[in-house]
Amino acid sequence: MTETVNAKGSVPDVAIELKGITKKFGTVVANNNIDLSVRRGEILALLGENGSGKTTLMNMLSGIYRPDSGSVFIDGKRVVINSPEDAKKLGIGMIHQHFKLVEVLTAADNIVMGAEERGVFLTRKRFEKTREICKKYGLNVDMEKYVYNMSVSEKQSLEIAKVLYYGAKILILDEPTAVLTPQETKHLFEILRSMRDQGCAIIIITHKLNEVLEISDRVTILRKGESVATVETRNTNANELTELMVGRKVSLAIERPKVKVGANLLHVHHLTIENSDGIEVIKNVSFDLNEGEILGVAGIAGSGQKELCEAIAGLHPIKKGAILYKDENIERRTPRELINLGISMSFIPEDRLGMGLAASLDITDNMMLKNYARGKSPFVDRKTAGETAKRIVKSLDIVTPSINTPVRRLSGGNVQKVLLGREIDASPKVLITAYPVRGLDINSSYTIYNLLNTQKQNGAGVLFIGEDLDVMLELCDRIMVLCHGRVSGIVKASEVTKEQLGLMMTRLSESEVEKNAG
Amino acid sequence: MNTIINFLFAAVKNGAPLLLGTTGEIITEKSGSLNLGVEGIMALGAFAGYYAGYKTGSLIMAILAAFLVGALAGLIFAFLTVTLQANQNVTGLTLTIFGSGVALFFGEILIKQRPKLSAALNALLSGTEIPLLSKIPVIGRILFSQNILVYLAIIIAVLAGIYLKYTRLGLKVRAVGENPAAADASGIKVALTRYVNAMLGGGICGIGGAYLALINGRGDWDNNSVSGQGWISVALVIFARWSPFGALLGSLVFGAFYVFQIRVNDIVATFPFLGFLSKIPNAFYSMLPFVITALVLVISSVQKKKVGVQPSSCGINYYREDR
Amino acid sequence: MPDNLNGGGISAQFRAKEPPFRVVKRAELPLEKLILFYVISVLVAVVIGGLFIALNGVNPFLYFKEVFSGCFRSGVAFRGLVRIIVPLLMVSLGVILAFKMRYWNIGAEGQLIMGAVFATWASRAFPGLPTPIMLIVMAVAGIIGGGIWGLITAFFKCRFNTNETLFTLMLNYVAFYIVDYLRNGPWQADPGFPGIGRLAANSRLPQIFRLDISWIVAIVLVFFIYIYLKYTKQGYEIAVVGDSISTARYAGMNVNRIMQRTMFLSAGICGLAGMLKVSGVVSNYTLDTGIASGVGFTAISVAWLAKLNPFGVFVVSFLFGVLEKGCSVAESTFHLSAAITQILQGLILFTILGSDFFIRYKLQLTRGGRKLNEHNN
Repeated sequence: MTETVNAKGSVPDVAIELKGITKKFGTVVANNNIDLSVRRGEILALLGENGSGKTTLMNMLSGIYRPDSGSVFIDGKRVVINSPEDAKKLGIGMIHQHFKLVEVLTAADNIVMGAEERGVFLTRKRFEKTREICKKYGLNVDMEKYVYNMSVSEKQSLEIAKVLYYGAKILILDEPTAVLTPQETKHLFEILRSMRDQGCAIIIITHKLNEVLEISDRVTILRKGESVATVETRNTNANELTELMVGRKVSLAIERPKVKVGANLLHVHHLTIENSDGIEVIKNVSFDLNEGEILGVAGIAGSGQKELCEAIAGLHPIKKGAILYKDENIERRTPRELINLGISMSFIPEDRLGMGLAASLDITDNMMLKNYARGKSPFVDRKTAGETAKRIVKSLDIVTPSINTPVRRLSGGNVQKVLLGREIDASPKVLITAYPVRGLDINSSYTIYNLLNTQKQNGAGVLFIGEDLDVMLELCDRIMVLCHGRVSGIVKASEVTKEQLGLMMTRLSESEVEKNAG
Repeated sequence: MNTIINFLFAAVKNGAPLLLGTTGEIITEKSGSLNLGVEGIMALGAFAGYYAGYKTGSLIMAILAAFLVGALAGLIFAFLTVTLQANQNVTGLTLTIFGSGVALFFGEILIKQRPKLSAALNALLSGTEIPLLSKIPVIGRILFSQNILVYLAIIIAVLAGIYLKYTRLGLKVRAVGENPAAADASGIKVALTRYVNAMLGGGICGIGGAYLALINGRGDWDNNSVSGQGWISVALVIFARWSPFGALLGSLVFGAFYVFQIRVNDIVATFPFLGFLSKIPNAFYSMLPFVITALVLVISSVQKKKVGVQPSSCGINYYREDR
Repeated sequence: MPDNLNGGGISAQFRAKEPPFRVVKRAELPLEKLILFYVISVLVAVVIGGLFIALNGVNPFLYFKEVFSGCFRSGVAFRGLVRIIVPLLMVSLGVILAFKMRYWNIGAEGQLIMGAVFATWASRAFPGLPTPIMLIVMAVAGIIGGGIWGLITAFFKCRFNTNETLFTLMLNYVAFYIVDYLRNGPWQADPGFPGIGRLAANSRLPQIFRLDISWIVAIVLVFFIYIYLKYTKQGYEIAVVGDSISTARYAGMNVNRIMQRTMFLSAGICGLAGMLKVSGVVSNYTLDTGIASGVGFTAISVAWLAKLNPFGVFVVSFLFGVLEKGCSVAESTFHLSAAITQILQGLILFTILGSDFFIRYKLQLTRGGRKLNEHNN
């Protein structure tokens, strides 16, 4: 499977080498027999779709996880990394996507806290010493500033300064540009280049192709937990990388029943949403959802899909714009108000056990999550819920000891069936599903596709947030592509190729940005 | 004037055991462990300290015994919460039940022997004037004519303050208490840090218990010498805003409230214009520290303060995502 | 993670070995095994306690026999046992409600006291009422008194995320000194002596089987709490909020309202326990500073040991009651301090807290190290 374009992978200047790394979580294989190497003075981009196993692989280098099998070589010597402390001693520094900083400490103290240095006391010298490292690499951090007063890019610079201070020669950055402005990204790349020129080995995890082409020397592409290729950046181009990342079109034989598209159900109008950190993740997005269609939403993870769904379901505040359900503005309605207004909308959130279901409650109890309040009786109607549970367990082939089993004890696929089953049982007019087949095996996935198609045939409008483009191309009627929180196009699934989608997801040209912003 | 000096002298003397208990708990909480077992640990320290002092006649042995027993209790807490991931609130409460029980059990055996501390030890504990310093007017009497354990308490609190605020080790402790995941990623040993500081803090609480048994009992053993002072220490941590330096002031204030109700008549006799103070019921003075502490807690949450509040991870066990 | 400790000082390069075991999450154990785990834990605690007793020169078998017979050998003994169990049981049932919601109410002590204060106030404020009405008024007052004491903390928790563990703890002492004030001030019975007079005859609980009726209330409450948590909409809401606040919001629940209501109820039950205690034989119909005497703290351990199950709470309070009553009887027989009660209770708690780890996780020998070596060769 592995087609190493550059064959001379193990020249002596290799700083880090992974051989045959495998990591499983339960039955799910996150990394399968992965080989990877980075030379000193080189930037390697680790490219792959969401869920392809990039972060898991890097977490094994930083000591968060331990591999089930395979070996790690640093400077040609085999090592075992049991903890972040080991990683630090081996000169590996990782900048996590979610920063690991202590908010109430100053920048300098965040650095010094992990340093093994002589001296009992903290002296003013620590500010100077930490400033030196910033100067050396052109990082812009005020060392006496408290982290809770810092901007995102300052925090990132601090994280980089921290690992460099610890003497990291191997630097791993997980999606470093996701939270940065273009100017900040440019500055970061300058820093990375200067570090490379000073002999560091750098791994950058990303799925932005233009950045891969701009910054990296080589690219290793992961797909579905396996390493599919390693290529020299100067010998490749965006189209080839896209193809490697998404893979060739695979026919899945998912049905797409023809249904007459009916009236408009949901109209989203120039919607702008901020996430909990106050960053705009959905920018000026407009679209329609009609009866009898499945509208796919494609995009790299973290393009604002979560916030979009939650905003429609009344769980996330919106900043600008409007959401209309059959011409009624439902913006800023709580979920209970939506239910009481008779708005027939179901939402299958991404976080099944943390939001869609109560993990410690049994299947029956989870059936009544959204309608338990119905009626005047002070008691819950567990009889009806039990009947619903039995019906769903039977019709969806849910594997469970009984309907009184807590849902957290079910397998991922069965958990999803419970959630989807409950939502579909209410025969909603609008069905919002976020990654409904994530973590499911093939059979369960097909069951879910069929269920969604049935809903469509019954006249519901389905919003399908997906990640597998093959599935979306076959299942959806139309696909809306999000890139950096903006719509980069809404296309008919039958008239678009996978490569076109991939490019739309990753490369929103400057002119398109302007156009969409306007 | 004498009234005030005597009043403050007594406030310092009564605040010192609280200072020890609070300092110990601050060290524990700063590393991320909310140990509600202070009451039990102080009871254990009281017994161990008194018994060692009674048997050996040595103050050093008494302090050492109290510290070791307190550290052992801290070790039990750390083992259950850090290694076995048990709930911190319940573990702490259990330590209070268990520690008070053990201390009472042995205390009741001891009391049958009608123990008395040796005359030499009693003399040592009754007060030591520090040369020169004790001659300073006012301050000399209040601060430098105290018993030797008061000096020890102040020294420990100051050292703890320096440890947490100004040393490299203390920085690691604060990092672990605030954000163990970040500390772990920086290569700090989270579990070890929590173990060491729970034991260190427990040991200091133990000395606080020994203070109560050795000083307040005036040489006799009293089964109830701790009676709630451990819980007051937990409250004082909040009042002190998780700083041993704050605890220096806080223990003086709490000590003063305690003494005030006993001496309010003296004070009013000296300052007749304060006559209204004696009309305020005693219970009010006892209650005030807790009301103020609760207010401190509420106000800092309303202001969403970042500093001077409970360390963010305090009370929460850390478990690296290793699977 | 225990193996964090193995991180040692030696540089990682020289240590191409994994720790000998790793901690793995266990699939959930079936109920029978779970109970077996707990029974073994209790046995371990009893054995350690027995060794301790033996070291003090008393035959542990005789000792435990005496503990048992001290509770059940006569009507008097058994009634003494019941009087110990009832308040513990009721307060434990109260804190369950808050704990189910993952709300750390450790203020049961103060809530019980405030219930007793409000009930006493009602008794003094409406002197002429006939007994049944009087008791109902007092019960309502007790529930309100305790409830408010808990609601204050929930209010601030919901508005400002004020730490409820520390806040409820502080309010315990405020309540304590309110009683201290009352017994020395406005409600003082005899000038010069701190103390509040006994409640009037119309404010005392009627007797049944020579026990006041508080035990019936406690038994009824076990079923009530069981039904409330399991079958009512409010109980369902508590379960969902305790499971995940996001899920509760997703389901359209008003999380703040649920939290405040539940906390009022949790504290209200503790307050009711206070009312029953003050109007019962056990307190000699008197409100005093010792009215709660640590029950609020012990109840937290009881609720935790019982895994927040009302019937489990009944069993554990019974066990703790037997230890307390039995050890105090055994004290006079063997001249061994009744403080053994707390030691045994503590040991049981320690072993069960520890065993929870082995219920959730298992230690697995690592084979990774060997595999890595094979790969290398």
